[in-house]
Amino acid sequence: MAIQLNDVHFAYPEAPNTDVLNIKSWSVSAQDQVFVHGPSGGGKSTLLNLLSGMLTATTGEVNVLGERLDTMNARQRDRFRANHIGYIFQQFNLIPYIDAIDNIQLAHQFANKNSRSVLVDEITSLLSTFHIPQTDWHKPVGKLSIGQQQRIAIARAMINKPQVLIADEPTSSLDQKNRDNFMSALMSLVSEHHITLLFVSHDMSLAKYFGRIDALSEINAVREGN
Amino acid sequence: MFTRLASKSLLNRKGSVLLTIMAMTVSIFVLLGVEHIRGQSKQSFNSTISGVDLIVGARTGSLNLLLYSVFRLGSPTNNIDWETYQRVSSNAKVAWSIPISLGDSHKGFRVMGTTTDYFKYFSYGNKRHLEFSSGKAFEHIFDVVLGAQVAKKLGYSLDDMVILAHGLGRTSFSLHDKSPFNVVGILAATGTPIDQTVHVSLQGIEAIHMDWQKGVATDGTAVTDTQLQALELKPKNITAFMLGLTSRMATFGVQRDINNYRKEPLSAILPGVALSELWQMMGLLENTLRLISGLILISALLGLSAMMLASIKEREQEIHLLRVIGAPPSYLFLLIELEALLISFISMLVGTAALYLCLFIAQDALSTNFGLHIGLNILSFNNILFLLLVAGSTMVAAAIPSLTAYKGVDRGQ
Repeated sequence: MAIQLNDVHFAYPEAPNTDVLNIKSWSVSAQDQVFVHGPSGGGKSTLLNLLSGMLTATTGEVNVLGERLDTMNARQRDRFRANHIGYIFQQFNLIPYIDAIDNIQLAHQFANKNSRSVLVDEITSLLSTFHIPQTDWHKPVGKLSIGQQQRIAIARAMINKPQVLIADEPTSSLDQKNRDNFMSALMSLVSEHHITLLFVSHDMSLAKYFGRIDALSEINAVREGN
Repeated sequence: MFTRLASKSLLNRKGSVLLTIMAMTVSIFVLLGVEHIRGQSKQSFNSTISGVDLIVGARTGSLNLLLYSVFRLGSPTNNIDWETYQRVSSNAKVAWSIPISLGDSHKGFRVMGTTTDYFKYFSYGNKRHLEFSSGKAFEHIFDVVLGAQVAKKLGYSLDDMVILAHGLGRTSFSLHDKSPFNVVGILAATGTPIDQTVHVSLQGIEAIHMDWQKGVATDGTAVTDTQLQALELKPKNITAFMLGLTSRMATFGVQRDINNYRKEPLSAILPGVALSELWQMMGLLENTLRLISGLILISALLGLSAMMLASIKEREQEIHLLRVIGAPPSYLFLLIELEALLISFISMLVGTAALYLCLFIAQDALSTNFGLHIGLNILSFNNILFLLLVAGSTMVAAAIPSLTAYKGVDRGQ
């Protein structure tokens, strides 16, 4: 299993009696590509933050790639996230005032991976794979188009060769054409590198790319408005 | 990568960063400037006189006596009788003596009547004697020796004619124009008030006042040189005199004797003691200036802190992103600290350079108008210590925004 949640409860410290998340049992097997849909405010972000180790569960077992995130300390979770989990947001995936290469290098520096010389090769080949013209490599990414930025975001998420990729509404700010480009690039990459993909979106038209489709309301026992 | 991220982030916020740098620059400029000028003027004060054991003048406060006899500031209260000088300097414990007669000026520079012993015995700084950059000491009645600044400012060279003015004003209406003086020597620069002094012999002073009565020129024709030679020009009184003693141990004895001199009320002061008294008086001003520059620095640092804190709020997403790609909170803390330090270092560079430039430009004016000799070596040990202190305070001031970034692991979005 790539992801395994058992009896997970989560409540924010400011409101300890209001569970935001209550998951009896939920799992994703390795190399699965799962589409999770649900309305915003349904605990979606909280779930993703638990899986990436940004938050820790109030109670329960969070198992990612066979490791217990809920028993790690903050430092270990940061390291684990850098090494094993790629993350793509709806927006602000990159530091806007540094260029694409620096952005990817920055992501690499928090993981303990290969040497610097190999790194430059990997970055350039990733950028080429995602059709980023060489002239744009050294521009601040804030100056590039949204479509390009999201593709660089995948490259940034891939640089540490994560086993799990979490995508949080990554296509919401893209138009139809860019969305199709993005999805095909993402899907081929994921299957090529045997990556477990967790894709969260409210856009059901994207569900066609996925083999497994879960509704957040079925995973999370906490009902909206409770 | 770390430094690059910090500097690019600062560049991305040019406007507010530039304003913060300006505020910091001004504060560092003031801080270093006050500290530097304080140190330099203290040094310049303390090096104006050395090797003189006692200064004797008419009964007055020690500061007043020191100011007019050494710094050529203020006016002498009263003169001393020539007889008195003769009697005191003939004391067996007195090794040498230098009489001083003040009261005239030349284009704003003070004239000092003295003897050739002045060039022989007077020393300044680290026991350095006076040296001539050209010419020699005065010999004849109407010979004059100029301080380095006097010659430089007024463009005099050897054999030029100089007319002295009665009184100390820069523009005097009563000139001793019947008896011009001949430049025979120019002293090497000393960095003390000597550079601003015109030196003539006591006889010269006596001669130009011969045909004067009660401070006003009479109509009579000038006394000729030959007439003067015939007269034995003995000064009736002088303003003050300096003593060198045979033994330092004798200083207090001689001082007591002079202070108890029966025929005339006299004051004898130890230049070193008077100098430190003078400096103590400046201490209050000095501390006030320090306090003010400290407060300016604190306000600039608070501005820096506020600017950084506001930027953290703007950069919430950026911080969240860094956390998600695996940056530990300590990385964020250090990143903000580094940004603050970069601002601080740039300000230090600009502030120091600006101070250097200002001193370079103002150097001459300060030394002619205020007798302050300010060197350009701003980066003294003290000032480097100050800069380190600024760096340290910057880190303390930046701790608040840095901690916010450290803890700013925003939940949810």
